[in-house]
Amino acid sequence: MKNSESIKLFDAGLMQIAIRQSFVKLNPVVMIKNPVMFCVEIGTFIMLFVTAYSFYNTDQGRPGYNITLFLILLLTLLFANFAEAIAEARGKAQADSLRKTREETPANVLIDGKIVIKSSSTLKKGDVFICEAGQMIPTDGEIIEGIATIDESAITGESAPVIRESGGDKSSVTGGTKVLSDKIKVLVTTQPGESFLDKMIALVEGASRQKTPNEVALTILLSGFTIVFLLVTVTLKPFGDYAQTPITIAALISLFVCLIPTTIGGLLSAIGIAGMDRALRANVIAKSGKAVETAGDIDVLLLDKTGTITIGNRKATNFYPVHGYDEEKFLEVVTVSSLSDETPEGKSIVELSASKGYKHPAMIDQKFDLQTGLPGATIIKFTAETRSSGVTTADGTRIRKGAYDAIKNLTQQAGFFVPKYAEEKVKEISSNGGTPLVLSENERIVGVIELQDIIKPGITERFERLRKMGVKTVMVTGDNPLTAKYIAGKAGVDDYIAEAKPEDKLEYIRKEQAEGKLVAMMGDGTNDAPALAQADVGVSMNSGTQAAKEAGNMVDLDNDPTKLIEIVEIGKQLLITRGTLTTFSIANDVAKYFAIVPALFIASIPGLQAMNIMRLTSPESAILSAVIFNAIIIPMLIPLALRGVEYKPIGASALLTRNLLIYGVGGIVVPFIGIKLIDLVISPLL
Amino acid sequence: MNTEIAGVVIIFIVTVLLAIPLGRYCSKVFKQEKTWLDFLQPMEQFILRFSKINGSQSMDWKENMKAMLVLNFIFFLWAMLILLSQSVHPFWNPDGITSMEPTTAFNTAVSFMTNTNLQHYSGETGASYFTQLLVFCFLQFVSAGTGIAAMAILFKGIVQKQSHNLGNFYKLFLLSCTRILLPLSIMVALMLAMKGVPATFDGAESIVTLQGDTVIVARGPVAPMVSIKQIGTNGGGYFGPNSTHPFENPDYITNGIENIAILLLPIALVFAFGFYIDKPKVGYAFFAAITLIFLVFVSVSVYFEMNGNPQLTQLGINNSLGNMEGKEVRFGSAASSLWAVSTTSTSNGSVNSMHDSHTALSGGILLLDMMINAIYGGVGVGFINFFVFVVIAVFISGLMVGRTPELFGKKIESKEVKIAAIVALAHPFFILVGTAIAAHVSSGNSEIGWLNNPTYHGFSEMLYEFTSSAANNGSGFEGLGDATPFWNIACGIVMMLGRFIPIIGPLAIAGSLASKKYIPESAGTLKIESFAFTAVLLSVILIIAALSFFPALTIGPIAEYFNK
Repeated sequence: MKNSESIKLFDAGLMQIAIRQSFVKLNPVVMIKNPVMFCVEIGTFIMLFVTAYSFYNTDQGRPGYNITLFLILLLTLLFANFAEAIAEARGKAQADSLRKTREETPANVLIDGKIVIKSSSTLKKGDVFICEAGQMIPTDGEIIEGIATIDESAITGESAPVIRESGGDKSSVTGGTKVLSDKIKVLVTTQPGESFLDKMIALVEGASRQKTPNEVALTILLSGFTIVFLLVTVTLKPFGDYAQTPITIAALISLFVCLIPTTIGGLLSAIGIAGMDRALRANVIAKSGKAVETAGDIDVLLLDKTGTITIGNRKATNFYPVHGYDEEKFLEVVTVSSLSDETPEGKSIVELSASKGYKHPAMIDQKFDLQTGLPGATIIKFTAETRSSGVTTADGTRIRKGAYDAIKNLTQQAGFFVPKYAEEKVKEISSNGGTPLVLSENERIVGVIELQDIIKPGITERFERLRKMGVKTVMVTGDNPLTAKYIAGKAGVDDYIAEAKPEDKLEYIRKEQAEGKLVAMMGDGTNDAPALAQADVGVSMNSGTQAAKEAGNMVDLDNDPTKLIEIVEIGKQLLITRGTLTTFSIANDVAKYFAIVPALFIASIPGLQAMNIMRLTSPESAILSAVIFNAIIIPMLIPLALRGVEYKPIGASALLTRNLLIYGVGGIVVPFIGIKLIDLVISPLL
Repeated sequence: MNTEIAGVVIIFIVTVLLAIPLGRYCSKVFKQEKTWLDFLQPMEQFILRFSKINGSQSMDWKENMKAMLVLNFIFFLWAMLILLSQSVHPFWNPDGITSMEPTTAFNTAVSFMTNTNLQHYSGETGASYFTQLLVFCFLQFVSAGTGIAAMAILFKGIVQKQSHNLGNFYKLFLLSCTRILLPLSIMVALMLAMKGVPATFDGAESIVTLQGDTVIVARGPVAPMVSIKQIGTNGGGYFGPNSTHPFENPDYITNGIENIAILLLPIALVFAFGFYIDKPKVGYAFFAAITLIFLVFVSVSVYFEMNGNPQLTQLGINNSLGNMEGKEVRFGSAASSLWAVSTTSTSNGSVNSMHDSHTALSGGILLLDMMINAIYGGVGVGFINFFVFVVIAVFISGLMVGRTPELFGKKIESKEVKIAAIVALAHPFFILVGTAIAAHVSSGNSEIGWLNNPTYHGFSEMLYEFTSSAANNGSGFEGLGDATPFWNIACGIVMMLGRFIPIIGPLAIAGSLASKKYIPESAGTLKIESFAFTAVLLSVILIIAALSFFPALTIGPIAEYFNK
């Protein structure tokens, strides 16, 4: 259903764009935003002069050697630029595939009661258009009149059509989707170029990309490291003079470039863009990079029960006919009671009955009209006052089903007793989190129907996963506390809000936030808007109202309430990738020191040969190998930066240990091997 | 040989056993809870009232910083005044000591104010009893008190929730002196005096030796000065040769007592942090992390010193007592190594052997101790330095577990990272730039007369001097001719910056943390006391130090070691 696999990691077309961009990005004005790589650029520039100088005077090394170093440094810059460019290109490609949905389509705009055909791109906020079956919806908006089934597969990938209607919480339509049936009147809610999708595209394209707070802090730390290494390199010159060791500018620049964290510096923005891109691939439109990052820090997650934790509606799971009542007969009565009941509960009763072997003639013979039910029967609709529904059949049998209290009243008014068995069953079902429905025939109670909430398969595991991440899950439901408690326990959520009104959500979020926690919630209705705005991460469904979408900071195109789990993981991945690559980058310095420092001093302090533990061939090849390693590690890590380092919910300490072993210890070991291998290859060439 | 090692082990174990209850006691003092020393309250009240200070007024970090700087400036002026007017001291100057040369006076005043006690003078000939007591002894108390009070403010900042109140520097400073430093010093001074360390106002004694020469033997109020010099990680000796002098450190027992006194408070304050935040485990975890480095350093140093000088071995000279050059026979090479590592890691700087004469790598360890400057570190400031590493480690490991980094429930954001990065940067900056200038001036300028040992060892001497100044340690590689205006002024400036920048920065972080919202722990929160975090912390400390100083160490001790 997701289009995540649609773009290969290194698509040839994207590569071309990225390579071109790598050169464009060499512009120092662009480069200065990345302090680490800007330092490399200055170093490269100095190296250019040194190379030119070395053609006249070789006291700064041979020209061939200097040119090689210059080229490697240039390559380092290009690799870093390429990382950013490829991330941008992929983001753009992803966005384009979404943008395709908003190609120019004609819109039937209603102006002064007349229909005028306009191009979709000219639609302004406040315009009203009409869309009929078979037409493409030209732009985002809100239905103000009518109901329609809509094919949203272009955006969500989900083929089943959805129903959208005016007034309710499902009044929102998205440009690029198609009306399948009926006719709707839609109010345009966004200015051209300002839809959520447009905003998201801008975020991945880098034009309006702002650094997130964590990224800023990391950039500061990396700048700190860069300054330390600048100090180390600059002071090495007088140290060398003291030890009567002339150190060339080329060697100093090489040491400097190797020591500063170029690996993470070069990949940092690619990681950020890739994070947004991953969110987009999960069909989530984030309004800012910060929102995605904040998602990784979420402590509390508010979820609606219906549709998220349980499958939409309750289902009949058991029938309990009273003692002495024929079971076969019961199946027939219960089916009749629900045949004309269009509610999901009603349908599930018929289904359960059928699964127990009873099929009403009406179900076999297609000539029967299910809408009107049985011939000659009177259908009694459910009302809030009677709290029951049913049929009076052609032969006059009054079959009713409804809440226990309602049927009990009916029975007692008719002068019958309520069977003890029925009473017990009702209590039992209630305490098990189910909803009892009582069935009566001519005012006599004949049995009890048990309705149960069906918990979505796999949801308990997802909550377990969240718990391991440190996220507390809270179920929000309109059910009574008893039922809520039961379902909460069964689904494995940590807390619940029963008999919830919209204000309760807001209250709960405020309470948690007062304790310093970050709260995420999903919502779709207009009355969710205050809570969505209050939550630190508010994800609104794409199908939700415009108010809900404006209030939240993300929109989920799939309308999948469990999407938050993925968003949390994307947020965490973003931080982890930065953290691990920083660790890797700094850990690399150990090996680089062992390669370069002995090389610098070996001529005047022969004893330092003992420190050349990699046994690199010559000082020149040692320095070159280190600089080459430093350059090629960037493109080698691009796939990791784009994919993100995997997040495993195994607890903070275990995760830290794992990442420390892989990227910390690995970061120390890998360059020793890499530099040695490069030395073996290049030393015969020198 | 084995008894020597046993001595080292016993000294360390006794220190730790004493440090835990002391840490609990210190935490009570900082929280101003009831202690058995509450009978001192009237005296403290009097001091505060006399100075017109309201000790219970709550102050934010800037007000506390101001209080600290003003107080220290007054100490500095007082020291300058007395040092420059020694010749007119009316009493306590039986030996008629004259006034100090101005740059030496500047260096000395800064040195004692900053808890460094780099001594470019010799106590017995350069300072009157008046100076020794009212400047040196006094400053050794108040400079240690300043460090401890600053740390107490940091503690408060970490536990405060959405508040600007970081406590009151004056009160904490006073309590650090009266409740912690004073009782400990009195105990140590009494023990030392009983073991024969002089405590007298009589002038130098003149004695006739067996050979018939007349020898002037300097003495004075030594015991009280030695005790606070060790307890307060000062290191300013009464005599020029510091704790190698038999009147400062007569025998193996006093050596043990003094070594314990060097380590005791710095270790206790690490535990105190755990008790203060009601999570003793955090204190133990921090202790374990630092101790691991400490023990490795001690082992390396003891190993090389006990194995003797390879150059002597090559000449066929018996080296079985270890490398005894510059060491006292009554302490032996193992105890001298323990002392050397203790004094450099705690920013104490008192010596019982000549660090200059340690073997190359052992000398390198001493340098590295001061380059890290947080292996226990100086009283108060050691923990403050350590805290900067904690902030950086929390930031990196927070990212690695996918959560905005938080330290004790407070988010670490760009502001904290910026300050931590500047502070972490300052230390290598002072050392490397200082040494670079000195190396530049001295290479090609051999007549300058600084270096008695040219080549790598001379480089180590210069590196050591700046490292010792920046770390506020105060010990020296004594081969360096350092009583010149260049070294006096350069080291004076480095000491001052190296003292106050690493205090002010973390106080600013504390102020910022204190005002933040507290985030309760969840399963996604990284536990500071966990093994994994301790590993990150260790790596951060070692990697920052190693990466900053590797080339410098290579030209100094490492080159010396490999070029034997």
